[in-house]
Amino acid sequence: MDLSLIIALDVVNGAASLFLLCLGLAIIFGMMKIINLAHGEFVMLGAYATVISANAGLNIWIAMLVVAPLFVGLVGLVIERCLIRFLYGRLVDSMLATWGLSLCLIGLVTTIFGNTINGVPTPLGGFQVGAYRSSWYTIFLLAMAVVMMALVYGVLRFTRFGLVARAVMLNPGMAATLGVNPAKIYMATFGIGAAVTGLAGGLLAPVSGITPVMGTAFVAKCFITVVGGGATIISGTLSAAGLFGFVNQLGAYFTTPVYGEVILFLSAILLIRLLPQGISGRFFKGTL
Amino acid sequence: MPAALSRALQGLAILAAAALVVVLPAYVELFTLMQLTLFAAMGVLALSLGFIWGFGGILSFGQTAFFGLGGYTYAIAAINFGDSTNAILLAILFPALFAAALGYFVFYGRISEVYLGVITLTVTLILFNVVNSTAGDAYTIGQARLGGFNGIPSVPTFNAPYTPDAVLSPEAGWWVTGGVLIAVYLLMRLLLASPFGRIAVAVRENETRAALLGYDPRLIKLGVFMVGGAVAGLAGALYVNWGAFVGPTIFSLSLSAEIIIWITVGGLGTLIGPVVGCVLIQFLNAKIGSQQAFNANLVLGVILVGFVLLLPKGIVPTLKNALLGLGRKARRRPAASTAARTQIAGAE
Repeated sequence: MDLSLIIALDVVNGAASLFLLCLGLAIIFGMMKIINLAHGEFVMLGAYATVISANAGLNIWIAMLVVAPLFVGLVGLVIERCLIRFLYGRLVDSMLATWGLSLCLIGLVTTIFGNTINGVPTPLGGFQVGAYRSSWYTIFLLAMAVVMMALVYGVLRFTRFGLVARAVMLNPGMAATLGVNPAKIYMATFGIGAAVTGLAGGLLAPVSGITPVMGTAFVAKCFITVVGGGATIISGTLSAAGLFGFVNQLGAYFTTPVYGEVILFLSAILLIRLLPQGISGRFFKGTL
Repeated sequence: MPAALSRALQGLAILAAAALVVVLPAYVELFTLMQLTLFAAMGVLALSLGFIWGFGGILSFGQTAFFGLGGYTYAIAAINFGDSTNAILLAILFPALFAAALGYFVFYGRISEVYLGVITLTVTLILFNVVNSTAGDAYTIGQARLGGFNGIPSVPTFNAPYTPDAVLSPEAGWWVTGGVLIAVYLLMRLLLASPFGRIAVAVRENETRAALLGYDPRLIKLGVFMVGGAVAGLAGALYVNWGAFVGPTIFSLSLSAEIIIWITVGGLGTLIGPVVGCVLIQFLNAKIGSQQAFNANLVLGVILVGFVLLLPKGIVPTLKNALLGLGRKARRRPAASTAARTQIAGAE
């Protein structure tokens, strides 16, 4: 009983982390149809911002929840202005350029900080379930995933920005004739996507190894999740993250973490073969 | 330029390249020769992606999957057979079959370009993870231990066909590698001139139109993908022969990125461009590696972004267009016919 509770917690936690990691990518891909291969490096930047500011004496919660998203969001805005805005509608070029960007960011961070950086201790303690231990931080991550989902849903569904953003997502040309400036919306979207990704990086900083190349571990997983979920932001990402997080953690539990990832990837490839439009393309048409 | 003259010039260039391969060991020292051997092996890898991306329109983000499979197949087979000839053949065959299986999945599912990139990237990552975790005695194929993250050391290098005792010297290794590069280039040229190559280009240009003309784009793409897989596998065998070692980093994403950079820099849609880009970037990498001021990734990233934004065609097509433009000005030919011919030449 206790063991199954711990496993259930692990599975839910895996899905929640995956959801947090993918949300920013889903926002950028779903709205702008830009494949951001530098996504993993945004996560890395968020983690670095958190660790550096926390080690400089800042409160860990502020470092995680404020510094990381703000910093990465700003970086995202700069990148959108300098690079991404030349690439709208050029899908393959956008992939190539963002891959170049990812190499640049890895190189830059390695040049400045070297190959390793000290992490931060995991805040909050642990709790006991029978003979097993788990940490409160796991529960916190789960709560953050729920909060982020509610926040993004709320903004897209109930605010004027959300309405305009959804209009641009559906038909940029039509939105432009109605007086919306798609370029501005794209800029804001990219910034928000980057900030959400930075937040995920900050939240995962205490529980993951922090190196300049840590992003490459996430990028394929995030992609396969977003692509598996389809172009809709909330329902697609949520269903795919839930499914793949479940598969990954169960696979890892019954075999090894490495084969857990292999199982995740294989099931994702199978899913894309069966549902080329992603889960949401089939089951949640017309939703967010 | 008249077609006959153009063809004669190309023939001359290939003869010159072959002559260069033959005489080079007499003029350069061993270290340089070894470095050039590596460049040539990577040149074959560059050709494999240059072929499928430039002429099949298939952007595989994980061409290292086939490269690595070829390398591992060669290593395992060479250790077991004690003779490299069949090992090389297997290193071509196995990645081609793997490409066929993966390609069937991807092309017959009519998966779009983006997803294709994601899937090939993922497959590379799976292979990396799996091979990386094969340390220990349980993972042994015949007499070859896979070695996990340690890789397989002291792989037998090439020997004369079916005579295991006649191991090739580094000079002979260079002749083989350089020769293979030229041979693969020639074969691809021939393949592109054949009906199959023409149809492949037609599919790249417009899949629907090719389908309406009665060709099956899925089958054509599968064929192109398999050729790319086979050539990449061969490149893997050449690479392992160069270093007598193979490890999981052969599957790394950074190498995948580098191949794409070679082609973007050299020129997509040409065969010589990828090789030129490959040699240039590797040369640059070797130079960067010998200093400490900045990281190689930074330079590669800047180069890739710069070429995508400023020179999307790459070096070779840009130079070619510039030269043709000059020639056109000098001869004052009617622009239209030359332009049409350039397009056809560009498609070859």
